[in-house]
Amino acid sequence: MTKEDIKQVVLDIIADIAPDEDLTTVKAEVRLRDQLSLDSMDFLDIVMELRKKHGIEVPEADYVQLASLDSCANYLLPKFQAKSGK
Amino acid sequence: MPDGRLMEACQMSSKPRIVITGLGLTAPNGNSLAEFRANLLAGKARIAIIDVRHMGRHPAGVCDFDATKWQKRKEIRIGTRVGSISIYCSREALGDSGLDWDKVDKSRVGVYLGITEHGNVETENEIHNISQFGNDTKYWTHHHNPRTVANNPAGEVTMNMGITGPHYTIGAACAAGNAGLIQAAQMLQLGEVDIAFAGGVSESIHTFGIFAGFKNQGALGAHEDPTKASRPFDKNRNGIVISEGGAIYVLERLDDALARGARIIAEIAGWCINSDATDAVLPNPERQTECVRMALKRAGMKPQDIHIVSTHATATALGDIQECTALRAVFTDCPETKINNTKSFIGHCMGAAGALELAGNLPSFNDGWVHPTINIDELDPECAMPGLVINQPVKVERVNAILNNSFGMLGINSALIVKKYGVA
Repeated sequence: MTKEDIKQVVLDIIADIAPDEDLTTVKAEVRLRDQLSLDSMDFLDIVMELRKKHGIEVPEADYVQLASLDSCANYLLPKFQAKSGK
Repeated sequence: MPDGRLMEACQMSSKPRIVITGLGLTAPNGNSLAEFRANLLAGKARIAIIDVRHMGRHPAGVCDFDATKWQKRKEIRIGTRVGSISIYCSREALGDSGLDWDKVDKSRVGVYLGITEHGNVETENEIHNISQFGNDTKYWTHHHNPRTVANNPAGEVTMNMGITGPHYTIGAACAAGNAGLIQAAQMLQLGEVDIAFAGGVSESIHTFGIFAGFKNQGALGAHEDPTKASRPFDKNRNGIVISEGGAIYVLERLDDALARGARIIAEIAGWCINSDATDAVLPNPERQTECVRMALKRAGMKPQDIHIVSTHATATALGDIQECTALRAVFTDCPETKINNTKSFIGHCMGAAGALELAGNLPSFNDGWVHPTINIDELDPECAMPGLVINQPVKVERVNAILNNSFGMLGINSALIVKKYGVA
């Protein structure tokens, strides 16, 4: 699992929870909220889908780490690696 | 001391007159009044067979409106099925009303929607969801509470349409469609709002609990041909076909409607809601009779003034007979009164039933046709009533007033009378 893989995982989740959004132009370094119509309930959906689909837990104190695709990748990479044993 | 009924009649007549100026609906056999009406006159039922969780395959009335016509896909995902039904019906009603929405003061608009129940669908879905995760509640959706609060369908309408006036639902079992309209008329008469979106909605087919409850009560309809499963008044009827749907009306005070040059579809003439106070499920014909008589009194009408009685009958063994008993007590010597039933086409749309059943009869004011009750292969002698329109529509000389019956569990009865506008 690479950082690019993780960005795609997050984008796939966003595609489900915000199906009206155009995700082809999302900039990895820009806050997701600044370029997509996402609210706090949507971020809870991202947390829930990470839990359901990938067994990844994101504690409430770490929600801020999901601000952008880059920060998601940096934060989630060790968690995905721990899950896969790498 | 003045007679109480006389006082009520006087009070009714001194209040502002309320008219219907718009209508939007989705029924299992139509997503517009024109389509719905055409199928009612053509005798076309539409009942599907669906897979019900834990229950297997059962007949049910399924609506196929396009929710994306008025909602973004994200709105649909976050909201509820009945929220989508409510938004579709409200938006269609708005279009039908001719209101210039940009110029309407949204703080003076109210939304009053009748529901039989709410929250069961989402709760069942989440119980199923967490069962896939060892019943760990950390997998329970954070959307559960906004989806299951009882005002959900009405609230979704306000968010979609930018309405800032009051909104709530009226829980009234299967009398809810009438109850929503009555609540709106009362709020308009009180001056609480200037425009009301009102009626009834239901998503019932998406919960297995209602199927299981009726099944175990011996009241779930079945037939090898699903379109014949709902057959009120037939001797071999065997219960209710559960359906989803919605019908939402735009109501206004007559003076306001005239001032804006609105097309007036009908006038609300009178109503009554009362309670059996006897049994949770078995209807009480005496209270139903009282309900109808009080609605007539408040409308200033005699039984002979009613040209269509839209019955509530759900095709249960006892319920149909009870309603017929109640109607026979009121409608004696009424040669012009025709009686029909809509559930034979679309099943029982629960919270939407009363509102949809009224809607399908409204065009009779103009076209003079009375749609039938279908699926009567052998009329139950205990359901025989003069004027019952069986299997084929009938053309009549005039339709000036419609009585719409809707009754529900815990003994709630509602009778709503609407009349052709301009008829004394």
